[in-house]
Amino acid sequence: MSASAVVSLRGVGKTFENGTVALAGLSLDIAEGEFVSLLGPSGCGKSTALRIIAGLSEASTGAVTAPHDDVGFVFQDPTLMPWATVADNVMLPFKLGAAHSADASAAVTQALARVGLSEFAGAFPRELSGGMRMRASIARALVTEPRLLLMDEPFAALDEITRFKLNNDLLAVWQEMRRTVIFVTHSVFESVFLSQRILVMTARPGRVFTEIDIPVAYPRDESFRTSAEYAGYCRQVSEALAQAMGVVA
Amino acid sequence: MSDRALRTALPFVMLGLTVFVWDLAVLWFAIPPYVLPAPGVVAATLVNDAPLLLQSLLVTLTITFQGFLLAAVGGIALAIVFNQWRVADYALYPYAVILQVTPVVAIAPLLLIYLPQPLAVLACAWIVAFFPVLANTTLGLNSVDRNLLALFQLYKASRWQILLRLKLPAALPEILAGLRIAGGLSLIGAVVAEIAAGSAGAGSGLAYRIAESGYRLNISRMFAALLLLSLAGVAIFFVLSALSHALLHRWHESAVRQER
Ligand SMILES: Nc1ncnc2c1ncn2[C@@H]1O[C@H](COP(=O)(O)OP(=O)(O)OP(=O)(O)O)[C@@H](O)[C@H]1O
Ligand SMILES: [Mg+2]
Repeated sequence: MSASAVVSLRGVGKTFENGTVALAGLSLDIAEGEFVSLLGPSGCGKSTALRIIAGLSEASTGAVTAPHDDVGFVFQDPTLMPWATVADNVMLPFKLGAAHSADASAAVTQALARVGLSEFAGAFPRELSGGMRMRASIARALVTEPRLLLMDEPFAALDEITRFKLNNDLLAVWQEMRRTVIFVTHSVFESVFLSQRILVMTARPGRVFTEIDIPVAYPRDESFRTSAEYAGYCRQVSEALAQAMGVVA
Repeated sequence: MSDRALRTALPFVMLGLTVFVWDLAVLWFAIPPYVLPAPGVVAATLVNDAPLLLQSLLVTLTITFQGFLLAAVGGIALAIVFNQWRVADYALYPYAVILQVTPVVAIAPLLLIYLPQPLAVLACAWIVAFFPVLANTTLGLNSVDRNLLALFQLYKASRWQILLRLKLPAALPEILAGLRIAGGLSLIGAVVAEIAAGSAGAGSGLAYRIAESGYRLNISRMFAALLLLSLAGVAIFFVLSALSHALLHRWHESAVRQER
């Protein structure tokens, strides 16, 4: 385990009550400030791993180190309270006393500005588009400026254009805040564009199959997205993923 | 004609038609007023007996309102207790169901033996109105979004915070649906108990007036009292619907006007 690791899993296994072995022998280290993607086929245990890292679920075996009380979590669905305005939703972590800020409402205003939702602070979730709801959800995760940001396929349900836009926005926020991000996705393109490192997972039981570094400097923009370098990494990661899935077949 | 106007107008057209046919039938077949009074006679009775009937209406409405309030508070409170302590749920829920499925008409005479009449009537109103509130609130509290719950746990929310900030607001649409049903039912419960008390009772509610007028063959007063009862029921329904709309219209799909 490296000295600067924020998150460290050692031989983590998870067996559900119904006997499903979701994870077995999962080990990983994430360094402070890193942007890492977990990439893998559906059902390989990505969400399970993320929930364990967040402390929402207990590992059956193995050791878990993670800053449980300083975590932001973005679910696959926006998971907003429909009865509360966008601003109140983003205010929630302060309301629950999970984080303290000298000026919580200033923090909310800033978080909303970061995701471009300043004008919609007073709107209710149902009055927003799907992409805007996702942004609100991200703003809520960012508002406490958590040491660790966990994102579970946050953009999976969005169209490609919105997804690219939110990818860019996310990177901009990350570069500004430099917090540790673990990003779950099943999109090769998204993982290559976003991350410094990709952990390719394999299913049944879930564990890390291989890891691939993407040593491309930030900021990454549209020119990176259309570069041969990007295409090359995508091919490499796709092959690794195919191998990972081949292990199953 | 717009759909909305049609929806408002048609019930009134139907009402006019019914009254007209009723009046015509009484005239045509020369039905005596002690069998079926003409609408005009009922209206006259309504005006002439107004002091008596309105006072009875007030009595019935008061009991209904008290029963409803007790049912609302009791139903919501018990649902919260069930939600927080599973043991209480297991121990008491069957009895709540038994109370609900036993017809209140059958319970009322027994209650009238053990309780003073006003209290027995109130108890009946409560018994029938309480279960829908309990059942709906329980459903609402239990159907909280799993991820929202995980989020609250992530931010170390206390049980109390989860109840107040998550479960109760999430259950609000179901609670209000329960209250809407309970409003009508508490009126029914009050009426059933008054009828059961019947001649023995010293009550003076509207249902008692109906029973009493029946013995005296004062059919037009029966109709007048019945009309007031229906109007009271309709009014209760509208008040509760308006409350529901006021609380939900900004965020809940059931109350949001769909824009196309
Ligand atoms: N609560 C649960 N009870 C039983 N089995 C579960 C539970 N949650 C997940 N599983 C099982 O664990 C395995 C991994 O599930 P998980 O949700 O972590 O997959 P995932 O990689 O996130 O998939 P996806 O990309 O589709 O979201 C699956 O086989 C799933 O059926
Ligand atoms: Mg998942």
